[in-house]
Amino acid sequence: MIEFTLWDIVRNLLLAARWTVLLSIVAFVGGALVGLVILFLRIAKNKWARRFSSGYIALFQGTPLLMQLFLMFFGLPMLGFRIEPWTAAVLGLTFFASAYLAEIWRSGVDALPRGQWDAGASLGLHYLQELRLIILPQAFSITRAPAVGFLVQLVKATALTSIIGFEELVRTSNAINNATFEPFTVYGLVALIFFVICFPLTQYARMLEARSARH
Amino acid sequence: MGYSLDFGWLTEALGAIAQGAAMTMMLITVTTIAGTFFSVLGAAGRRSGYPLLRHAITVYVEVIRNTPFLVQLFFIFFGLPALGIRLDPVIAAILAMTLNMAAYTTEIVGAGLDAVPTGQREAALALGLRPRQVFIKVVLPQALKVIFPALTSQIVIMMLESAVVSQIAVRELTYEADMLQARTFRAFETYFVVTMVYLALSMALRRFLVAGGRRVLGAGVS
Repeated sequence: MIEFTLWDIVRNLLLAARWTVLLSIVAFVGGALVGLVILFLRIAKNKWARRFSSGYIALFQGTPLLMQLFLMFFGLPMLGFRIEPWTAAVLGLTFFASAYLAEIWRSGVDALPRGQWDAGASLGLHYLQELRLIILPQAFSITRAPAVGFLVQLVKATALTSIIGFEELVRTSNAINNATFEPFTVYGLVALIFFVICFPLTQYARMLEARSARH
Repeated sequence: MGYSLDFGWLTEALGAIAQGAAMTMMLITVTTIAGTFFSVLGAAGRRSGYPLLRHAITVYVEVIRNTPFLVQLFFIFFGLPALGIRLDPVIAAILAMTLNMAAYTTEIVGAGLDAVPTGQREAALALGLRPRQVFIKVVLPQALKVIFPALTSQIVIMMLESAVVSQIAVRELTYEADMLQARTFRAFETYFVVTMVYLALSMALRRFLVAGGRRVLGAGVS
């Protein structure tokens, strides 16, 4: 049997944490891109576009992320895609994030006074120009705190991808635990690593919130 | 080659799905009651005159909020036996869910307590009520009314997150889905059906809470 020192455990966990961080970043960027599309549909003039996007948001916010990941993992092969845990994890978390980000940004768009649209129209801007130059920059800026708050949720959500077999922090810790039989130390360290990643983000979100409350 | 969907297994699986759903609802019911109770204590403790208690509650809230629920669950179920505390899966699941939910709702309840004007407290004290009566009869009901929508959302989120406790072999909805797909080899269809069951449960739970909130806390609760 191989002996694991504490340093061996920490080192392996830190190496695995790189995948947690990478997955969080990729899912956040992907979620922002897809979320932007959902946001456009959500605030569109077309009734069916609005219905589709609110249904999309309700679906992803009303079902467990674990089920969404399972459906990706088992559904993609049926469409003829080769199945990799990484693909299923990225796609699952991307759609999950897009629904939440679209909803957060929509609350920002809704919070803007009607006069902002009218002012844009009176300057002769067409719809897309109004969105790009006037509405979205303000909507993004006033929803920065909840968006960062959601990033914390997303980092924690990556833990679920261990269940569909993606080798991130939690899956690696399960393997180390099986080899060392030191669950208290191993899961304690995993919690610590997640805390070190998430806590600064939480504090940053708090700072943004306090700043926006002052204005 | 096309893949054809097959839902023929569903009629025989309904019993297992219903049993799993009942377990999920049992878990969230116990968690909601225990979690709300502890979060009222936590929020009150955080506003008390004992610095040590205030710091302890803050540390607890921050640790839970900044670590994944799955890791908390594994820590409780696999880690605690190392200290000689061995828990039944269902007990471990309820403990982990309650600890997780109370951390979030402590913040929510706290925001509600802060939202009640101090004049309410002062008026109640001037009427000769004891501090405890003031808290339970005057401040808390008003606070609950303010925070009810946030509390409802948190309960629904916790119900969805409880899917994770299948990983320590609690026989709830996701666990039953895992067993079914292993037997039927119809993984996509099984998880699809169970996802829809979760969607229905979360919508029903939200409606039930809003209706119950209206009845108990009075009109104006959304």
